[in-house]
Amino acid sequence: MAETALINNVEPPARPAGWRGIAADWSSDQRAFKNVSWGKAMMWIFLLSDTFIFSCFLLSYMTTRMTTTVAWPNPSEVFALTIGDKKIPLILIAIMTFILISSSGTMAMAVNFGYRRDRVKTAALMLATAAFGATFVGMQAFEWTKLIREGVRPWGNPWGAEQFGSSFFMITGFHGTHVTIGVIFLIAIARKVWRGDFDVERRGFFTSRKGHYEIVEITGLYWHFVDLVWVFIFALFYLW
Amino acid sequence: MVDVPFDTVAGVPPAEVGEVELYHPRSWWTRYVFSQDAKIIAIQYSITAMSIGMVALVLSWLMRLQLGFPGTFSFIDPNQYLQFITMHGMIMVIYLLTALFLGGFGNYLIPLMVGARDMVFPYVNMLSYWVYLLAVMVLVSTFFVPGGPTGAGWTLYPPQAILSGTPGQDWGIVLMLASLILFIIGFTMGGLNYVVTVLQARTRGMTLMRLPLTVWGIFTATVMALLAFPALFVASVMLLLDRLLGTSFFMPTLVEMGTLTKYGGGSPILFQHLFWFFGHPEVYIVALPAFGIISDLISVHARKNIFGYRMMVWAIVAIGALSFVVWAHHMYVSGMHPYFGFFFATTTLIIAIPTAIKVYNWVLTLWRGDIHLTIPMLFALAFIITFVNGGLTGLFLGNVVVDVPLSDTMFVVAHFHMVMGIAPIMAVFGGIYHWYPKVTGRMLNEVLGRFHFWVSFLGAYAIFFPMHYLGLLGMPRRYHDIGETAFVPASAHDLNAFMSVAALIVGFAQLVFLFNLIWSLLKGKEAGGNPWGAASLEWQTPETPPGHGNWGKELPIVHRWAYDYSVPGAARDFVAQNEPPAGLSAQGSHA
Repeated sequence: MAETALINNVEPPARPAGWRGIAADWSSDQRAFKNVSWGKAMMWIFLLSDTFIFSCFLLSYMTTRMTTTVAWPNPSEVFALTIGDKKIPLILIAIMTFILISSSGTMAMAVNFGYRRDRVKTAALMLATAAFGATFVGMQAFEWTKLIREGVRPWGNPWGAEQFGSSFFMITGFHGTHVTIGVIFLIAIARKVWRGDFDVERRGFFTSRKGHYEIVEITGLYWHFVDLVWVFIFALFYLW
Repeated sequence: MVDVPFDTVAGVPPAEVGEVELYHPRSWWTRYVFSQDAKIIAIQYSITAMSIGMVALVLSWLMRLQLGFPGTFSFIDPNQYLQFITMHGMIMVIYLLTALFLGGFGNYLIPLMVGARDMVFPYVNMLSYWVYLLAVMVLVSTFFVPGGPTGAGWTLYPPQAILSGTPGQDWGIVLMLASLILFIIGFTMGGLNYVVTVLQARTRGMTLMRLPLTVWGIFTATVMALLAFPALFVASVMLLLDRLLGTSFFMPTLVEMGTLTKYGGGSPILFQHLFWFFGHPEVYIVALPAFGIISDLISVHARKNIFGYRMMVWAIVAIGALSFVVWAHHMYVSGMHPYFGFFFATTTLIIAIPTAIKVYNWVLTLWRGDIHLTIPMLFALAFIITFVNGGLTGLFLGNVVVDVPLSDTMFVVAHFHMVMGIAPIMAVFGGIYHWYPKVTGRMLNEVLGRFHFWVSFLGAYAIFFPMHYLGLLGMPRRYHDIGETAFVPASAHDLNAFMSVAALIVGFAQLVFLFNLIWSLLKGKEAGGNPWGAASLEWQTPETPPGHGNWGKELPIVHRWAYDYSVPGAARDFVAQNEPPAGLSAQGSHA
């Protein structure tokens, strides 16, 4: 077609670097973020929205912690485990944090092998990430059980301000839900990787879109975000 | 050429994204019910939103009957009155306006206006609608549960929202919060679609600065909603926990009916901060799409390019950004440090600048335009008038010292109905009269439309203009029966009765509108592809209504902005966005 021929004559101009490049991308047609697929853009924007949710939760927790007139329980004592004869503060949380941060490492390796189209290693690393995540949730369940046995309830606890229990269960619960959803996603995507869906570009069951290895990276974005949020929860809830 | 120099793309670059295969429906169910086509989803959103809007309209009649003729309607007791105002406000703001502008107009217009075949994630888009429908059904169910819907007022302020003195304390408040959470989840799925579609799925030649202002308005509003709804989400979750589990996030130590409650140590002000961090942007979430729609209507029906397009875009973005730092102006009477009051008053008044830029630009677009007083144009003019009116009273209320005495009076009710009730609804109507021919292929009936316009516009003024006066007298809002009060003269009661009669008449005019929508679908005049002679892309589809995939075989290629009207020397009085420039068409292009 004449039109098509004419259009193809136009060479795309070389894109400048730095701020000029950003300005050029945003004033161009078709895409504002060049080389960013729809799925990845959507995940980034979703994470931005989710950041606001977690920020609101944490700010609300800090506000109630400041407004309540009753003393706040001491986290180093509450979150201590007695191992042997020694009472070690924050030991469980330290291990949980270590596990979750490690899972980010395995996730990053999974993304790497995904783009190398190494089916087996990608799936294995994703499953390892999921296992770390499941361990984290399991340890969280252990911690919840321990605290509930000691008498912590959303509406009160033996040591002080009742907002301690409510904020703790709400924030760690909401984060734990995120981790659980992440684990489910990781297992589902790992299954697809293992089966070779992305090598043959098999179509999604619901969306009928072709699958690509990029979904591993998108899942990874979510996973790293959940880890990053945990760092803030750890700092603001356990260390404060 | 009246093309704008700052947005030129050198030639038309090659396509960066290959065609994505669309989901093709295989049965009646997947074509019309569980459809993944944004156009069908838009219609589903619109019908659901307008249906629930009718419920809110009936509630407003009941409120006006009680206010206008206190004591006459014995079936409206104080509890019910509070339930009516709560549900009316919540439905109108969130379930009607937000859903209709973003889910309805957004879904229909974004893919067509940016030259895409569909939203980027059609399946998620479909889920968005069904979750929204579920939220609406949960909301409606509160009318039928024991105790009825919540009567906490649409702001749902704790502690009263969950205490036993408030109607709907058993089920109403719980279901209301559940419904809000569902709405936010559903909206997020749709909102991600709208944002990514605008940013990443535009057709060749469609730069951001060539987008019609409608898309800019909906896009900015969606970004705002994605950042503002999280605060409401968190507030709803925490209030739900306070109500169901007995936590005390928002609940201070207090005595209820003579006994000390189990609550203690929470912060009711925290809820207000969270609520208004959502609630103020929400005002602009319904206003910005209206701004965009009105800009397009005025330009098309005055046959003139929009004045100051670039300023219009930046004004939309600036209003969107500023609206996140003004929320505490809703909380002046809650008490705050005077410096904070000063800060929030200042930011509030600064918003007047970009808003005034927009109003001036609309007026300057009309200036020496070839104004066709079509129905969409009438609604657009009505929008400008009501919006200026409501905006000016906003300047009063933005100042701490003026707001404190006027707070919780009818003046506030009149203000926000003018600025975010009547004005956006005028834009909704204008938009529907304007795009109905594209959606259905038929024109809405002209006579019924003009009747609908004049009754709605004049009627709205008959209701809300006197309300300012009542507010200045000190008449409080949310009172079931004001009774004989020294500072409210007898004439004010007559005024109230007058407003109630006007409200009934305006309400019936909306039934005429609904009749028109259905009647014209069957018997309306055939519209053709582009009845208004509009330049933007959605009017250039090969079929009307647009078929699955919108564009037939080839995606359109955009060569200019959306506002080339009355260009000297052009063959017609508009130049479509995808019409090739003279140099190209000479080489045998077929577009």
